[in-house]
Amino acid sequence: MANKRFLAFIIFIFGAALGWYIFNGQMAGLHPFKLGLDLSGGTQLVYRADLSAIPDADASDSMEALRDTIERRVNLFGVAEPIVQTQKAGAFAGEPEERLLIELPGVTDTQRAIALIGETPVLEFRMLRENAEIPENASTSTIAAAFEDAAITGKHLESAQLQFQGGPGMANEPVVVLNFNTEGAEIFERMTRENVGRYFGIFLDGQPISVPVIREAIPGGTAVISGGFAPDEAKELARNLNYGALPVPIELISTQTVAGTLGDEAVRDGIFAGLVGVGAVALFMLLWYRLPGLIASLALLIYIIVTLALFQVIPVTLTAAGIAAFILSIGMAVDANVLIFERMREELASGKSTHDAIQEGFARAWLSIRDSNISSMITAVILFWFGTSLIKGFALVFGLGVLVSMLTAISVSRTFLLALGVNAKGSFSKFLFGSGTRI
Amino acid sequence: MIIIRNRIIFFVISALLALGALGALFTYGLQAGTDFTGGSLAEVRYEGARPETSMLTKQLESAGFHGFSLRESGDNGYTLRAATLTDEQRGNLASILSSETSVANISQLSEVGPTIGVELRNKAYVAVGLVLLCILLFIAFAFRKVSKPISSWVYGLIALVTLGFDVLIPLGFFAVLGHYVGVQVDTLFVTAILTILGFSIHDTIVVFDRTRENLRINEEKGRREDFAETTGRSINQTFVRSINTSLTVFLTLVALYILGPVSTEYFALTLLVGIIAGTYSSIFLATPLLVVVERWRANK
Repeated sequence: MANKRFLAFIIFIFGAALGWYIFNGQMAGLHPFKLGLDLSGGTQLVYRADLSAIPDADASDSMEALRDTIERRVNLFGVAEPIVQTQKAGAFAGEPEERLLIELPGVTDTQRAIALIGETPVLEFRMLRENAEIPENASTSTIAAAFEDAAITGKHLESAQLQFQGGPGMANEPVVVLNFNTEGAEIFERMTRENVGRYFGIFLDGQPISVPVIREAIPGGTAVISGGFAPDEAKELARNLNYGALPVPIELISTQTVAGTLGDEAVRDGIFAGLVGVGAVALFMLLWYRLPGLIASLALLIYIIVTLALFQVIPVTLTAAGIAAFILSIGMAVDANVLIFERMREELASGKSTHDAIQEGFARAWLSIRDSNISSMITAVILFWFGTSLIKGFALVFGLGVLVSMLTAISVSRTFLLALGVNAKGSFSKFLFGSGTRI
Repeated sequence: MIIIRNRIIFFVISALLALGALGALFTYGLQAGTDFTGGSLAEVRYEGARPETSMLTKQLESAGFHGFSLRESGDNGYTLRAATLTDEQRGNLASILSSETSVANISQLSEVGPTIGVELRNKAYVAVGLVLLCILLFIAFAFRKVSKPISSWVYGLIALVTLGFDVLIPLGFFAVLGHYVGVQVDTLFVTAILTILGFSIHDTIVVFDRTRENLRINEEKGRREDFAETTGRSINQTFVRSINTSLTVFLTLVALYILGPVSTEYFALTLLVGIIAGTYSSIFLATPLLVVVERWRANK
């Protein structure tokens, strides 16, 4: 028993230290809780990438390039901790597609967020079809009819720069020079060699800006766009291309914006509801299960501390649904204790000593606890798979809660109970181990 | 034993509840939220008093909004549901919803494209089906050693029937809420339903587990006992813990519903209804059904 007391003491110290660690981590900003967009305020945009012009084998490369480009763009605008992710989705709507998910914390004006992304130009290269003429008015359909995709794409672009070029007797004209990467340089050289005499179109945001004739193979991986630019125009184009031209066109399919004030309110209400919930559960356990109930409440406290610490350290992104899951898990964390204590009471009633009753209670309740927690884990895993990012927050907190509570409700409360070393022979200790309305 | 002896009464009550829920579901249907249908949803709040609905409706119409719905929310806000916004509508949304005296603050705006909606809806069906299937398999597995007098698959199937009941009740409840208060069913609702599935099976497992244990003890001691007797005893022994485990969750959910964030208000309500249904069904439906199956087998 001395062992158990020592262990119980260690758990107490550990709990207190961990509690301090969480508090300090939050206050000093060392490892604060990570809040989802619905709590911190911000905008989430989801785009569908149009990969129809890209061969399947290059799809994931293009998506990577797209993500990097947007990321550069977003960072340029000084958004703190943005998230840019590619997703494969749509299988359940019957048409698989590649998506780009962008989270911009702190940007609470949807239109501004869209503009931020939208200013990124889409650079495309197309070859004029044999026997086709350059269409006079450029629309999506006329362009599609006259041009075919070229082997080189926007993702092969490494950098762009502004230069002035002039022939003899001509004023210097601003041009934009495109520098391709190594792979792009090879492709470009092969493509130009094989297509001498054909027209090669350079498109920006779907509009042809320059359609030169290929006169000879071009080695070295550079191409010149001379679109009759004003100097400022050319400068801006070069800059935009440098910050990143999109390798594939994207289309906005979903937005979500939450104002910071609403998030603050949700956090405040969530914490308050959580505190009241913990209080109500602890009070109930204390009134119904008395001494073991007190132990369960202490174990619950340790559960809360451990889980919160995990949220900070992993870190788990907390959403309103995640907070709800945590509050729900507080009510479920003591379930194992209820099962154990009821079992203990039965064992006591059958004439066993307190020590044996405690041991038996834990051992016999274990099967039910294990089985019911497995069913919760099944749900958590499926929810994680089902969910959008907000629901994933719920599933993660829920699953984590089930696991941690199994640990605290069983090991911690058992150590505490055995450390007490009460022997329920006297009427007072019988009262302490009794439950419900019986005295 | 009262429960097993009077099982017919509880079957009737359960059937009436289930039929009521089904009726509500078929008459009113569920109001699918923006998550599932696609479109846009905006929450607007005003510093001062909110403008009249009629005035905002006119302003929305002249800005090219069609088939939208504008509902009052809270003390000084509105909820706007509409089709996907154009760039212009999105950019001017705050000014469209403002009057000369009160300026609108858009506290939340979400737009969902049609494919995402369809995808989420299909995924929701698959997720519910998957949870049910996994739970059936798990229970059949966990109770595999109990094959007398009825096979472990029957335990699993009965658990599924009670789960169906637990889901049907909140669905019916939200059909009624949707019809009278305009509450919509969104991703959080599906999350709540899945959580109910995972949680309300707990109590059923506890009762079944006790039945399993009592059957084993009877066999070890060579005691002959009627199956109805054994199950009745199991319910009596686990009654208090079934109620108490649900009660603690109930307490936290009430706190969440009344005091928690607005965004999870209906989520908490769904869970509350589901957990009450789940506790009821695991005590008054699951084990009595077990007895019915056993009787039916014995008579065959």
